[in-house]
Amino acid sequence: MVQSPPALRRHDSLANPDWRPRLESLLAQGVAAGADLVEVFLERTDALGVLAEQDTITSVNPSFGMGAGLRVFRGRFDGFVSTNDLSEAGLLTALDQALGMLGLLRSSHSRNAYEGLPPLQDLAVAKGDWLAQCPSLQEATTRLLEGTDQLSRLGQHLQVRRGSYARNWQDVLVVASDGTHAHDIRLHQSLGLNVLAADGDHRASLGRRYGSHGRPDELRQWQAEESARDLCDSAATMLRADYVEAGQFPVVLANRFGGVIFHEACGHLLETTQIERGTTPFAEQLGQEIAHPAVTAIDEGLTDGAFGSLAMDDEGMAPQRTVLIENGILRRFLSDRAGEIRTGHGRTGSGRRQSHAFAAASRMRNTYIAAGPHTPEALIASIDKGLYCKSMGGGSVGPTGQFNFAVEEGFLIENGQLTKPVKGATLIGEAKEVMPRISMCANDLELAAGFCGSVSGSIFVTVGQPHIKVDTITVGGR
Amino acid sequence: MASGTTPSDFPAPLDVASLRQRLESLAKDEGVGRWDLGAGCSTDTSVQVDRGEAKQMKGAQRSAITLRVWNGAGLVGITSTSDLSDAGLARAMAGARAASDFGNPDDVPAFSPLATAPLPPLDQPLQEPLSILSLLDTLKEAEAELLQRHPAIATVPYNGLSQRSSERIYINSDGACRHQELTTASLYLYARAEEAGRKPRSSGAMRVGYGAKDLDVAGCVAEAAERTIAHLNYAPIDTGRYTCVFSPEAFLDLIGAFSSLFNARAVLDGVSLSKRESLGQPLAVPFLSIRDNGLHPGNVGAARFDGEGTPSQCLPLVSEGVLVNFLHSEATARSFGVAPTGHAGLGAKVSVGPDWFEIGPSAGIPGGTEGLDHPSGTGPGVGREGLVVIDSLSALHAGVKASQGSFSLPFDGWWIHGGESRSIEAATVAGDIRTVLNSLVGFEGLAKVTPGGLCPWVWVEGLSVTGEA
Repeated sequence: MVQSPPALRRHDSLANPDWRPRLESLLAQGVAAGADLVEVFLERTDALGVLAEQDTITSVNPSFGMGAGLRVFRGRFDGFVSTNDLSEAGLLTALDQALGMLGLLRSSHSRNAYEGLPPLQDLAVAKGDWLAQCPSLQEATTRLLEGTDQLSRLGQHLQVRRGSYARNWQDVLVVASDGTHAHDIRLHQSLGLNVLAADGDHRASLGRRYGSHGRPDELRQWQAEESARDLCDSAATMLRADYVEAGQFPVVLANRFGGVIFHEACGHLLETTQIERGTTPFAEQLGQEIAHPAVTAIDEGLTDGAFGSLAMDDEGMAPQRTVLIENGILRRFLSDRAGEIRTGHGRTGSGRRQSHAFAAASRMRNTYIAAGPHTPEALIASIDKGLYCKSMGGGSVGPTGQFNFAVEEGFLIENGQLTKPVKGATLIGEAKEVMPRISMCANDLELAAGFCGSVSGSIFVTVGQPHIKVDTITVGGR
Repeated sequence: MASGTTPSDFPAPLDVASLRQRLESLAKDEGVGRWDLGAGCSTDTSVQVDRGEAKQMKGAQRSAITLRVWNGAGLVGITSTSDLSDAGLARAMAGARAASDFGNPDDVPAFSPLATAPLPPLDQPLQEPLSILSLLDTLKEAEAELLQRHPAIATVPYNGLSQRSSERIYINSDGACRHQELTTASLYLYARAEEAGRKPRSSGAMRVGYGAKDLDVAGCVAEAAERTIAHLNYAPIDTGRYTCVFSPEAFLDLIGAFSSLFNARAVLDGVSLSKRESLGQPLAVPFLSIRDNGLHPGNVGAARFDGEGTPSQCLPLVSEGVLVNFLHSEATARSFGVAPTGHAGLGAKVSVGPDWFEIGPSAGIPGGTEGLDHPSGTGPGVGREGLVVIDSLSALHAGVKASQGSFSLPFDGWWIHGGESRSIEAATVAGDIRTVLNSLVGFEGLAKVTPGGLCPWVWVEGLSVTGEA
């Protein structure tokens, strides 16, 4: 007889005990078929996106869903199947497919014994009301319109004013035949303001994004006027900025989202997925100096409220504070379950995925360069001619370690002072070459929310750093 | 299923009649008079390999709907869900109804007047999926072949062979019913090569088809090898202004990144460089024409209709250098007083996007230099500084400011100088799209069918290149 999924109402939790026997049966059948390990990632989601343009709400997008990702390991190999069909028949079909990828068959003849799941580790006990505590649609729309109104009040030449809000609630249950049995609820909220300033032939588009995890009140607490003023000031500055002169320059990268340089230039290359692919130059350099002694870099999932924080990773493991680089010395790689099996680097609570449709992979969480001893002014004062990158756009890293990222808002540094605003800069380089050139770190570490797209989808992360100085880097421009 | 290898048949079909019946009942309960729905389901299998071994094998069954409703005040709300159970549909209807309270009264979408118009014929043969182990064998062989092409090619770190069987529908409460079934497959091979004492280099190739059996595996291997090997002999380039030759793929990427030029939604929102009055005005050199043609036979996986049920079509965008049409949804078309063009998504605020570009010379219009040949390193605008060939652009998500018209993008390519071609170590190309479109020198070779469109090599003079020399 085909069973339907346990009945769930909107605010029900995956900790519903009705799931346990069904999942135990799946794990038992997978193990009996000869799998070394069977893992099931079950999720429910409830998301909302709201867009305000000028003084009107132009889009309200609620969405919700359910799904499961089943992963089967045998030796160094694995098979992964995702499905929206959570009926007993649907889950068994998915298990059959995953087993079949490894040449295994479900049968009545048991090859390995399975002893059942341990008691549930429920990390969501105090989070059951998070969704209900989030702003209502009415509140969310009102606050966004407050933001676009502040932009109107504080900005000049603003052709487009936009405010966006996204709420992603995720209920997650992870079980595995190694004894993993953990449940959590995640709540990510992000808020963005964007403007397009235009005056004659001059145009400047800029934005700000804020994000948090586990703070239902975040939108209510948002300082709309402060955010709008910050963005309008930048838009006014950049509207008539010249394009940057191309060349090789020393640069100072501001704190907060400046941390995208470490994320792209080095962070991705310290994920065990990169070791598996053979695409990191640092694979054999544990214990060796790969960066300037001024650099200590950390990845963790612990900072309260940070976008990349989590109570457990997507493989049910508690997050850690992982020191990646200590005074320039490579100390650790970020590893997930498959990374541990295939590279020998122990798991760090870094197995992450966008949703049930992706197998977990080693990914960053809150990643930042630690504060140093200098003032930001000292970094700028040390440069005769260079570039100050106040605000960064996105970036990427390629299979040879070559990275790039865009500078949204830049200023020339001339004789130790910030002078003219410039736009259109792209910084490019090689990870191995740029890390030894980060020669000064200031004392003003701050974090910023972002999204990272990679092998296991788009995930919530935090980047961060204090102001840092890179002795020389290629600045692409006109 | 006892064998447990892969689904041997197509996904369970969407039951349109049942969906319609359930939605009509739910709409009545919620007091919703009008609704429409887009739904899709798919079954995927894919493999990746690493030096002769399976790296990852994946399967997926997906289903999702987007439901849009009009409330009593005529305002629109939507909800998306992957839960197609009765409870899921009921929740979706209630959610869309609640969202409609916040619908924008100044921009209310309606059913497309073309939602029941005849659909264009498309030759899209449905193919039975192969077993995942068969996919694995094919990819292992392709990888092995690529690794044998040159001693410097040590790994193929990014590779994949995947196949999909999918189905999508559009229905509305006025009786429109669109349905499309499709099978597709794709192969990509991205190799990494490294010679002693030199930096690693990488490049690759991709192929798409209606089934895994259709894929040009040998061609993909050959192209990936040729491109990767061609980047081994590299050197830095001086910063300066160069005549640049874009590969078909690179130029299509660039035009795609600035497709808001042709997008009526972006025009109405004020984020396009184009305005209403731009129609009929010159945008590019007279010898350039651009069409959006989702129906081209080279567009594997073409959609027969858009998110609102409007048939796909071939639409001239730039003819003889003049902007002649915008891409439209129902709502933007109504605003412009034209018919929808088949480029809509489905939403409360409907997105608009291109399908598949055809870029090339304007028929019968002189001006573009003919017979260009970048391997010779000679041609109009090629001075002592030589010629830069742009093979592929990177980081378009970060380096393009579509609403400003500017771009600054890392690229892989070659510098042709003094009769020699050398791969460029690391560089960016920067400019303004309007300047680019008016700085075309001409086209080289026949237009090439790529997964993203149809385009020949394109010569552009005076672009700013930043190198590391």
